[in-house]
Amino acid sequence: MASQSLAPSGQLLRQRRIELIVRSSLSLIGLVSVVVTIAIVASLLLPTLEFFSEISIAEFFTSKVWAPLFNPPKFGVLPLITGTFLVMSVALILAVPCGLGAAFYLSEYASPRLRKVVKPVLEVLAGIPTVVLGFFALNFVNPQIVQKFWPVGDVGTFSALSAGLVVGVAILPLMASLAEDAMSAVPNSLRDGALALGATRREVCTGVIFPAALSGIVAAVVLAFSRAIGETTIALMAAGSNPRFTLNPGSGVQTMASFIGFAGIGDQPTGSTGYKTIFAVGSLLFIITFLLNIVSIRVVRRFREAYE
Amino acid sequence: MNLEATSSAAPPLGHKIASSRLWRDRIFRSILLLSIAVALLTLFTLLIDTFLEGRPRLNGALLENMPSARPARAGLQSAIFGSLWLVGITSLVSLPLGVGTAIFLEEYAPKNSRYIRLIELNIQNLAGVPSVVFGILGLAFIARGPLSWGFTVRTGAMVLTILVLPLVIIASREAIRAVPPSIRDGSLALGATQWQTIWRQVLPAAVPGIATGSILSASRALGESAPLLLLGALSFVTFNPTSLDSSYTVLPLLIFKYASDAKAEFHVVAAAAIIVLLVVLLAMNATAILVRNRFQKRL
Amino acid sequence: MTESMTTQDPRGGVEIRTGFAQPSPPPDPDAEPVFRARNLGVKYGNKPAVHKVTADFSRNQITALIGPSGCGKSTLIRCFNRMNDLIPGATILGEVLYHGENLYGPDVDAVEVRRRVGMVFQKPNPFPKSIYDNIAFGLKVNGIKDNVDHRVETALKGAVLWDEVKTDLKKSALALSGGQQQRLCIARALAVEPDVILMDEPASALDPVATAGIEELMQSLKEEYTILIVTHNMQQAARCSDMTAFLTVEVNEQTGDRTGILVEYAPTATIFTVPKDPRTEAYITGRFG
Repeated sequence: MASQSLAPSGQLLRQRRIELIVRSSLSLIGLVSVVVTIAIVASLLLPTLEFFSEISIAEFFTSKVWAPLFNPPKFGVLPLITGTFLVMSVALILAVPCGLGAAFYLSEYASPRLRKVVKPVLEVLAGIPTVVLGFFALNFVNPQIVQKFWPVGDVGTFSALSAGLVVGVAILPLMASLAEDAMSAVPNSLRDGALALGATRREVCTGVIFPAALSGIVAAVVLAFSRAIGETTIALMAAGSNPRFTLNPGSGVQTMASFIGFAGIGDQPTGSTGYKTIFAVGSLLFIITFLLNIVSIRVVRRFREAYE
Repeated sequence: MNLEATSSAAPPLGHKIASSRLWRDRIFRSILLLSIAVALLTLFTLLIDTFLEGRPRLNGALLENMPSARPARAGLQSAIFGSLWLVGITSLVSLPLGVGTAIFLEEYAPKNSRYIRLIELNIQNLAGVPSVVFGILGLAFIARGPLSWGFTVRTGAMVLTILVLPLVIIASREAIRAVPPSIRDGSLALGATQWQTIWRQVLPAAVPGIATGSILSASRALGESAPLLLLGALSFVTFNPTSLDSSYTVLPLLIFKYASDAKAEFHVVAAAAIIVLLVVLLAMNATAILVRNRFQKRL
Repeated sequence: MTESMTTQDPRGGVEIRTGFAQPSPPPDPDAEPVFRARNLGVKYGNKPAVHKVTADFSRNQITALIGPSGCGKSTLIRCFNRMNDLIPGATILGEVLYHGENLYGPDVDAVEVRRRVGMVFQKPNPFPKSIYDNIAFGLKVNGIKDNVDHRVETALKGAVLWDEVKTDLKKSALALSGGQQQRLCIARALAVEPDVILMDEPASALDPVATAGIEELMQSLKEEYTILIVTHNMQQAARCSDMTAFLTVEVNEQTGDRTGILVEYAPTATIFTVPKDPRTEAYITGRFG
């Protein structure tokens, strides 16, 4: 029979020491993620401040010419913003309705057999590397679709439209899966209640499911925004590297992200103005996506509370 | 009660709802199917078009040759090895860090601490940061700046590890959370310490989920292109890495290089390289799903 | 008071005990009880879950804790192996002495307590490992490395499971039936040679045949161990235990808090035949709960 005393045995003391070591090591490891974020902010901050000490904020945000690597350099970021806007809009016009549509179908209509086919397809699509999609945009979408069907002006090798369409395809699986999660969280009792009143499936979708899942859907859209804005490789390969200030999707453009990629390839010497522009544009990109992510997380949290 | 009178007022059950309502339903359903068709069609077009274009160059020489300025001789070897090195090191480093953080957050951290909530929020945010920003971080602090490791395998692996870490953490947390609390209670009631319970019961039960998560993060790392653009991986590299300080290139960037080349013959090589990349990724993802399905039934 | 009838189930094979358990020889009044609770209470945050329980639990006896749901029986029993420590926000009030030592003393390690005081849970919770590894786990974490095979066998015999599983100890524990799994959990607890076994409604998730098996097991275990069992099944308490504690819920008029209190604690036969408190009588005769 075990001894009666409650004083910790030698074996337990050894385990306690191990426990202490483990706990401290793991707390340190837990800090790694915090360190990373601090490092990102720090890496962006200093060069950005240096950049804006040399170039006026007014010129940065209002001038319509972006030519930082030329001589004489020009630093108007508006072309990058319109370029990003063009690609992002095309992407969202494709991804949001199709993603929602796919989500509705999977959640409310699809037979188990169809789900077994469609869900893996979406997962595969989600896993395709952006460089492959960029190649597809450059090699197929632009010549076979955009050049043949875009009515306004001449479409060259690069176009915002081809990049935008393919970015849309890239984020469609994300949109569909997040929206579907939101729809599955709607309790069946709501569906049954509407159907029992004599509503058709469509009316259940638009009248019951969509409003009930709205916050989850909004969170999905916001996240899709963030992904579309941050997409680099597809834009670089398919939209080109010419920062034209235009709203015509048929023309080639440069986005914030694709500029960073483009400038990075060029191996800018540390401390040069070209080097600093990478960070200035990077800060802009980071702030925009950061804000979008926070909004999305907040919306999701509120949405989860409603059902728990 | 006069049944006859009531039944003549209401329409008989066989009466169909207004045809416009029915049509709207049909149109709605077709639109939804169309959405799915868009996804399916795009995927198939992509796969078929790429396969047709790259097929002529799919042979052993593709894997044996090094990149070359002559399209007929161009191969993928240095990129394949570069990717192996990078993804291998990334997985090796991100796994203990990611699982360790997950254990810390799930088992040891006090649940209602603001500090912990901040860490969790931070991880979720990092998962949504555009990958090119990690390239900027790498350029400023790792390739140059305080660490100054240059454009080497070491730098690339570190940046990819940072990029992939939130994914490993999130997947591991889910796997650990899925272990039923009754197992933990049973272990603790026998006089095990918390760490003994984690090490001997929780982690072994969570291994399938963690393995799936790490295979998926590895495949993500394999396909990454944007951050490595800033880290010198686009350079023309015709040798396999020999150490952590070697220059390198990776398969996605070699594809980028070939695809962007003015000579159309290189595009064929790019397509062939894409096929190689996709086959590897498919194998990895299939393995991950297999692992997940095979072991999920146990608990 | 010592009626103990056993009837043969006409379908054959199962002996069902009816009537009261054989009481142990009256406890030696000079012997130290295993547990002494003095004004023991549990608070979750600000809400009192259990209030001022004072009772002594003697060695080699089976004590049943009965009462309506929500009266804190499980919470109370978890004080005795310090499992409540794991619940954030739970505070223990009052005192528990274990063989004269303060269970919650500043130098006491809760893990050490759990090695002495074993627990069997309501829903069988075998580890997703083999039968052998389930039992061996407790030995491993307690650093017991000698004679593991023999100890596993002894534990399984003690839980009356050995004959059923001895041919394949490597089989997964999850493949056993509910009753077998629960006996495995008991064997697991026995392997680390505890002093006391706490049972939290051990048979409530089992069918009647398996339940009867557990109840018989308890009788044989009581010779070596002290057993505290929580049960919502009054007949089970009447059949199996030597002492019974009846708890009930008190509702605070103003706050709405529901708190468990100990109403009556006496030998089982007394509680079930001549209860002192009217609330006990009401519960036993089925007027509430």
